[in-house]
Amino acid sequence: MSMATTGLLAKTLNEHQATLLEVWLGGMLSRMVRRDKVAEGEIRQQATRFLPEVAATLERSQNYEFNSPAWADVRQTLAEISMGRLRQGYSSTDTAAFIFSLKEPLFELVRQTMAHEPDTITTVMTEAGTLFDRMGLFTIEEYQRGRESVIMRQQQELLELSTPVVQLWKDVLALPLIGTLDSARTQVVMENLLQKIIETGASIAIIDITGVPTVDTLVAQHLLKTVAAARLMGADCIISGIRPQIAQTIVHLGVNLEDVTTKATLADAFLVALKRVGANVTRAEQTF
Amino acid sequence: MEHIPILKMGNLLLVTIQVDMHDRLAMTLQDDLTTRIVKDHASGVLIDISALDIVDSFIGRMISNTAAMARILDARTVLVGMQPAVAITLVELGLTLHGVQTALNVEKGISLLQRNAT
Repeated sequence: MSMATTGLLAKTLNEHQATLLEVWLGGMLSRMVRRDKVAEGEIRQQATRFLPEVAATLERSQNYEFNSPAWADVRQTLAEISMGRLRQGYSSTDTAAFIFSLKEPLFELVRQTMAHEPDTITTVMTEAGTLFDRMGLFTIEEYQRGRESVIMRQQQELLELSTPVVQLWKDVLALPLIGTLDSARTQVVMENLLQKIIETGASIAIIDITGVPTVDTLVAQHLLKTVAAARLMGADCIISGIRPQIAQTIVHLGVNLEDVTTKATLADAFLVALKRVGANVTRAEQTF
Repeated sequence: MEHIPILKMGNLLLVTIQVDMHDRLAMTLQDDLTTRIVKDHASGVLIDISALDIVDSFIGRMISNTAAMARILDARTVLVGMQPAVAITLVELGLTLHGVQTALNVEKGISLLQRNAT
């Protein structure tokens, strides 16, 4: 049955393409909130590309199975349109409206061209309806997939951005930690620091925790592990920026920081590091 | 029998481990190394593990034992070239190799030993 109707639908689409395109575009544009020439042009271009592609696929594949390989081109086009709209900040409803707004003019067209055979109209409408619903859902799926990948990437970037390892001097690295440390972040911190130690050949790393609001046993343990791992690789760590509150917590929790060099401020730690790598720091005469 | 080569550089001994260590090989290395320290009057031993991706608790203990033996024989041991992943694993295993000196690479290890000697 569908063998016959795909041909009919394709024929209808091909014959009345120009009319259908105009009605469809008109409907879409009237519903658009953001109207400007660029957006209009783009939608027109997308629609002009999409319609013949559907007609050609219908003719060639003779099926409505949107998931089958025959529809790969159409799926590709729809995915591109979805991604484009995602980047421009359209909502998912607006994205899907691209397909759904086509149904109304298309059905009207079907009703007109096949007026003499009501049975065929019903079949074509049911099957084409299912197909276009599938397409609409596909655009939403693509939209969501795109959005999720953006979120994933941002998460990863945030994680890396929040743990910069900076080189203060030859052989001296600093790791200014800001924000609450959890297990995942600490893991990234540790790996970044150790990797950077290998890359730069630094012998001293300063871990500055001025920006860490609270230190619990887990965080303290993670810090100690990082220090121990760096030591195994042949680099020393200095922890700086411990707030009075945190010092109290650490002692109350019974965390042993005795094997680790600690300094009140990053400046103090830096001075110690410079001395250890054999640099001399003197204050020059001030001339005014 | 399989042996890990031990190179003599001045009064230092350099051991570069490039094959996966198994228990027998580790014991042989301990034997060879202690023998060579005495024979060559070595004052320092460098153990380079930069080629190792995996170090298990046995190897970890073997290294700290070797360092202890060398110390008794009046030679200092420096472990060099540990990979970040290995360091993390050892720390997670709770092995911090107390009493073993470490350096980033062979070059830094040598200067560490020379600085200690003077």
